[in-house]
Amino acid sequence: MKRFVYINDDSCQDSYCDNRISNRKYTLLNFLPKNLWEQFRRFMNQYFLLIACLQLWSLITPVNPASTWGPLIIIFAVSASKEAWDDYNRYLLDKQANEKEVWVVKNGVRKHIQAQDIRVGSIVWLRENDEVPCDLVLIGTSEPLGICYVETAALDGETDLKTRVIPPTCVGLDSEQLHKIKGVIECPNPDKDIRRFDANMRLFPPFIDNDLCPLTINNTLLQSCYLRYTEWACGVAVYTGNETKLGMSRGIPEPKLTAVDAMIDKLTGAIFLFQIVVVIVLGFAGNVWKDTEARKQWYVLYPNEGPWYELLVIPLRFELLCSIMIPISLKVSLDLVKSVYAKFIDWDEEMLDQETDTPSHAANTAISEDLGQVEYILTDKTGTLTENRMIFRRCCINGTFYGNESGDALKDVEMLNAVASNDTHVIRFLTVMALCNTVMPVKSNSGTISYKAQSQDEDALVNAAARLHMVLISKNGNTVEINYNGSIVQFEMLDILEFTSDRKRMSVVVKDCHSGKIFLLSKGADEATLPCSIPGQQIRTYIDAVEQYAQLGLRTLVLGWRELQEDEYREWSRMFKEANSTLVDREWKIAEVCQRLELDLEILGVTAIEDRLQEGVPETIEILRQAGINFWMLTGDKQSTAIQVALQCNFISSEPKGQLLFINGKTEDEVARSLERVLLTMRITSSEPKDLAFVVDGWALEIILKQYKEAFTELAILSRTAICCRVTPSQKAQLVELLKSCDYRTLAIGDGGNDVRMIQQADIGVGISGREGLQAARAADYRIGKFRFLKRLILVHGRYSYNRTAFLSQYSFYKSLLICFIQILFSFFSGISGTSLFNSVSLMAYNVFYTSIPVMASILDKDLSEKTVMQHPQILIYCQAGRLINPSTFAGWFGRSLYHALVVFLISIHAYADEKSEMEELSMVALSGCIWLQAFVVMLEMNSFTLLQFLAIWGNFVAFYVINFIVSNIPSAGMYTIMFRLCRQPSYWITMVLIVAVGMGPVLALKYFRYTYRPSAINILQQAERIRGPIYSLGNLESQLKSVEKDVASLSLNQPKNRNSVYEPLLSDSPTATRRSIGPSTFDLFQSTQSRLSSSYLRNCKNN
Amino acid sequence: MMNQAGGSTSGSGDAAPAPRRNSKRPKYSRFTQQELPACKPILTPQWVISVFTLIGVIFIPIGVASLLASNKVVEIVDRYETECVPKNMTNDKVAYIRNAAIDKTCTRTLKVPKDMDQPIYVYYQLDNFYQNHRRYVKSRNDAQLKDAGKANETDSCDPEKTTADGSPIVPCGLIAWSLFNDTYRFTLGNKNLSVNKKNISWKSDRNHKFGKDVYPKNFQNGTLIGGAKLDPNKSLSEQEDLIVWMRTAALPTFRKLYGRIEVDLKENDTITVTLENNYNTYSFNGKKKLVLSTASWLGGKNDFLGIAYLTVGGSCFFLATAFTVIYLVKPRKLGDPSYLSWNRNPSGR
Repeated sequence: MKRFVYINDDSCQDSYCDNRISNRKYTLLNFLPKNLWEQFRRFMNQYFLLIACLQLWSLITPVNPASTWGPLIIIFAVSASKEAWDDYNRYLLDKQANEKEVWVVKNGVRKHIQAQDIRVGSIVWLRENDEVPCDLVLIGTSEPLGICYVETAALDGETDLKTRVIPPTCVGLDSEQLHKIKGVIECPNPDKDIRRFDANMRLFPPFIDNDLCPLTINNTLLQSCYLRYTEWACGVAVYTGNETKLGMSRGIPEPKLTAVDAMIDKLTGAIFLFQIVVVIVLGFAGNVWKDTEARKQWYVLYPNEGPWYELLVIPLRFELLCSIMIPISLKVSLDLVKSVYAKFIDWDEEMLDQETDTPSHAANTAISEDLGQVEYILTDKTGTLTENRMIFRRCCINGTFYGNESGDALKDVEMLNAVASNDTHVIRFLTVMALCNTVMPVKSNSGTISYKAQSQDEDALVNAAARLHMVLISKNGNTVEINYNGSIVQFEMLDILEFTSDRKRMSVVVKDCHSGKIFLLSKGADEATLPCSIPGQQIRTYIDAVEQYAQLGLRTLVLGWRELQEDEYREWSRMFKEANSTLVDREWKIAEVCQRLELDLEILGVTAIEDRLQEGVPETIEILRQAGINFWMLTGDKQSTAIQVALQCNFISSEPKGQLLFINGKTEDEVARSLERVLLTMRITSSEPKDLAFVVDGWALEIILKQYKEAFTELAILSRTAICCRVTPSQKAQLVELLKSCDYRTLAIGDGGNDVRMIQQADIGVGISGREGLQAARAADYRIGKFRFLKRLILVHGRYSYNRTAFLSQYSFYKSLLICFIQILFSFFSGISGTSLFNSVSLMAYNVFYTSIPVMASILDKDLSEKTVMQHPQILIYCQAGRLINPSTFAGWFGRSLYHALVVFLISIHAYADEKSEMEELSMVALSGCIWLQAFVVMLEMNSFTLLQFLAIWGNFVAFYVINFIVSNIPSAGMYTIMFRLCRQPSYWITMVLIVAVGMGPVLALKYFRYTYRPSAINILQQAERIRGPIYSLGNLESQLKSVEKDVASLSLNQPKNRNSVYEPLLSDSPTATRRSIGPSTFDLFQSTQSRLSSSYLRNCKNN
Repeated sequence: MMNQAGGSTSGSGDAAPAPRRNSKRPKYSRFTQQELPACKPILTPQWVISVFTLIGVIFIPIGVASLLASNKVVEIVDRYETECVPKNMTNDKVAYIRNAAIDKTCTRTLKVPKDMDQPIYVYYQLDNFYQNHRRYVKSRNDAQLKDAGKANETDSCDPEKTTADGSPIVPCGLIAWSLFNDTYRFTLGNKNLSVNKKNISWKSDRNHKFGKDVYPKNFQNGTLIGGAKLDPNKSLSEQEDLIVWMRTAALPTFRKLYGRIEVDLKENDTITVTLENNYNTYSFNGKKKLVLSTASWLGGKNDFLGIAYLTVGGSCFFLATAFTVIYLVKPRKLGDPSYLSWNRNPSGR
């Protein structure tokens, strides 16, 4: 399958899609059917629809059909409009990208058009720093050699600038010709492989009509890359819109379902089964009663012969009566509170990026509570953990350390003195810094010099040298000019021994034009450069320096030089040229030749460059670690860089405390053996207090994911930390998939286009809206400005959201079950005939108003203050693995609803017996009982009360009476005058108080008992907060500070001693273990279960 | 107990927000920052124990008062449906009640156990009678009862909608059709005790639910006779027995007001009741009782509330004591960080 792209030919453009990027789910036309279809895929909605349809049959309906249809329609409308709103926002973002103006050649003239109008075959012109709008085949650039620089970070995460060249056929075309160029490109159909592009190009006359010219990925500019340091470039669009390499690897975003949603669905299913059982039992009993008893009740006048469906009537009536067991308002309430959670994230001032003034944003409003359940965080490195900004910080020259005191060598007085006094060592060192690189200096019109560097390190070095008066002025062909303290020195660049990841160093051979001497200037990693030093030189200090800098998390480079003899160079130069022109094993041969020259170096010194971590990254990782979250770093970058950054940001610990296990190898066998070894080590040491982490690269990962998935899954479960380097975007997504398949909640965070798939695949995708473009942020569920906001996002917003949702959803079941149990109990007193005790109005209002509003106030509930949570991140474990909403906690609520139903019903019928047992009155008494109880239940279950909560709870309580007074004023209503009548009776109020006392007394006693004698960590911290509270509010600053200090001190003292106890239970208490064995005790006997589980789990592991 | 803990936490939020530079910046308010001042009550032993004690203190007096009120009520209950069947018919009570030819008059004597002050309420009580059966409770049409023009509205009145020839029944439905039709006459010694049957129904029902110009039509005309017949010349709003009956009871055992005796009765007075035992409860073994009762501020004789209050009060005292004892015997420091699982030294692991 091929596609033929005719360059600049309007006639055959229409066969391919235009360049409209679309992340939208719906169009105007398919919105309604598609949305309805999606909504009806949820079991709950199907169920409600069925109930609503059944209610249309008046023979069986106990209440007015409107009581179900109304809420149902509201629910669908609310969900649909939310979806529509989300989709509209996506549309706006797309539109922004689509309507960006680009230069395109039309009919030989360059025109400004919108990006979405680019067609396959169009010639697109880009200027420096433009984002590439679609996949292009390069045909011309401003540079004489036909090269241009692109930054592909958004695509693959690699920050080095890459060179792209125009294909040979196009060399030498000027921009006039480029406007008129015609030809055909034969390329494969769109795919997602960003490392491959096997195509051919042939130009039509009048251009050089030679044979097919092969094209590779080096001739392309891919969508979302940035053109750098090149004035302009132009290319032919080959893939457009969603068919670009990036678009293809984007994948289709699936609607995300949170763990809580899944649990609610599961619980709903269970309730549904329970309901079916109830319906069958009661239906059967009802039919029996009808045949035995009801026929004797002459006043009921049952006909002797019923219709064929008669047997079904009573069960169906009970089905409808029990249908309120599943709260119809739940979805609406959840949707509402979830959007408030999202708003809280948007509004949060502490997550506002002060530098760029960008607030955090929750694009997906539906999954906030999953944030509180995160177990794995998969993070990108570049731009996510680091700032992606290299700065020269320190150096060690000839045994002297510069910059150690001030932290900045450029401001070190000694350094400045040394430069001023023309210290030879320093001057040589600076010369190497300025010359040994591939940086291009560019002089702007105003005379200032800027540098174009492929590597950020080189850029940092050259800039630092310039600050120290060793300014690289220009490179013209082979001539290099340096301005040192005002005097211009010229060098001739003879050879460049390029950097490769095997050699880990680069060198240049230069000739001093003034003296004619030839020098070899080298720089490289310490382990690659120090062994090449001249025998006899004391390199001890340099080794120390490297170690010292590495511990500070700085990237080190060792600089060296050597003077070459004329004939030595000449001989080597010949070999080098030979090696360069070999066809077989060229790389290896070049390396060998380079080796011959890079000998006997005089080590000049060590540079230390800071790849600045973003502010707060180590702390954030540390805190989230304590919270029991496992971290994986997935990066497209080199292994050494990845490890270095990992060390810097607390990701892994250095040797004695931590250990890195490498999985590598080129062949399947090697990888398999390596994996086996790592797994074995991991199993053995998993009980030891050691931070183990495994490191794997993309190549090995590909083999592993294909062949040894099971072993790797086990490794993934055992390991708290992993570093995966050189991974492709789709591998990132695969890793997320793998962790998800183990039932873990995953969060992926990244900033570039290469993270998009991972972000979409993960349960939660977080995008950092950094400088790398908005690719990731656009696809993500949450956008934050800085990595450090993640801790607040998870610990504060995620945790609160989860707590609140857990309460709200279980409470919704509770209140529905409560009223339903009362109906069931009543049916035993009404001849099991399916009479509803409550009237339609009350039933509907009960679900929609009376019980929804107070519980909505739980969006303001905070069990612990934000500060406490940050101090004790460990309590996040109470949120993970669904510990606040699961079958056992639900059983508690179920039991409570049954108990409360019994209380309400039995007290009502006994207090309102005999002459008072009037239907409407009894019904209202029972309903009031429920309302009273639920107000107190909400009061008891909430942890903090703001004015709004008081208003919601008691305002609703008052509203209940107001509404009923109003309804009691309507003569045609069934409950005309009932409420007035009741409120005048002392027995009504006495009954209410009794219901509350009997209903809440045991609950309060039990809660108190647990709270005091079996407290969970949350309870303890609540108590601690409360006890410390008065000290704070007294304003006695000193004592307050002291107590805080003491706390911190005690915590930090505890830390190292108990590192074992901190880490191990979390590791062994891997959520799968607990989740699969959630017993009745998980709720508060958590600690004991945990230890039991962990020991058994460890045993299992060892048995393996 | 309640402590404005929020006062301290919100203090940090007051640090004057930097001047707004950009409209993208979220607006600051305590609500948006989730920093509204809040009180965070926790369950301290003192608080919980005092709550339980307080409940006990409040409940026991109310319980005593309720019991006293209930005990003050004098109630005479007479179950008559079995005794009123002639000896020769006890084997087939249903045939007896269905046979219109038999005279159903029956005489009962009641002894007044204590002084009864007027008004004395006369109730009839039915047992095992399901006025709340779904088929029954729905079988009425409120519009028809209220509005003379809507006589034809007999929806939901199944199976007592129309007569055989199709003309609508007013009042339609099973409830009206099965109207209770036993009657009672009381004599004290030789004196007739008059029973006031005025205003035994709810005023609101008379005024708004049952029309003043709605007259019974085609009522009890069919082959199946249910309960009482209605005087076709009296409007529904005056048919108070019907109005009372149509306030359906929620439970299978219920009492309905028959009338009031507006004379004080003395202890050991003997009342003779002459009753017409017309209503069929035999087919479903229902009981019929005649009840004479006075009323208190709590209503009729019902010990339930009193006993429940005393029990709850007692339990609360018990719990309060138990908690106090536990608290004294085994004091526990609240909020001690050493209880935290991650601060605790692992033992036996």
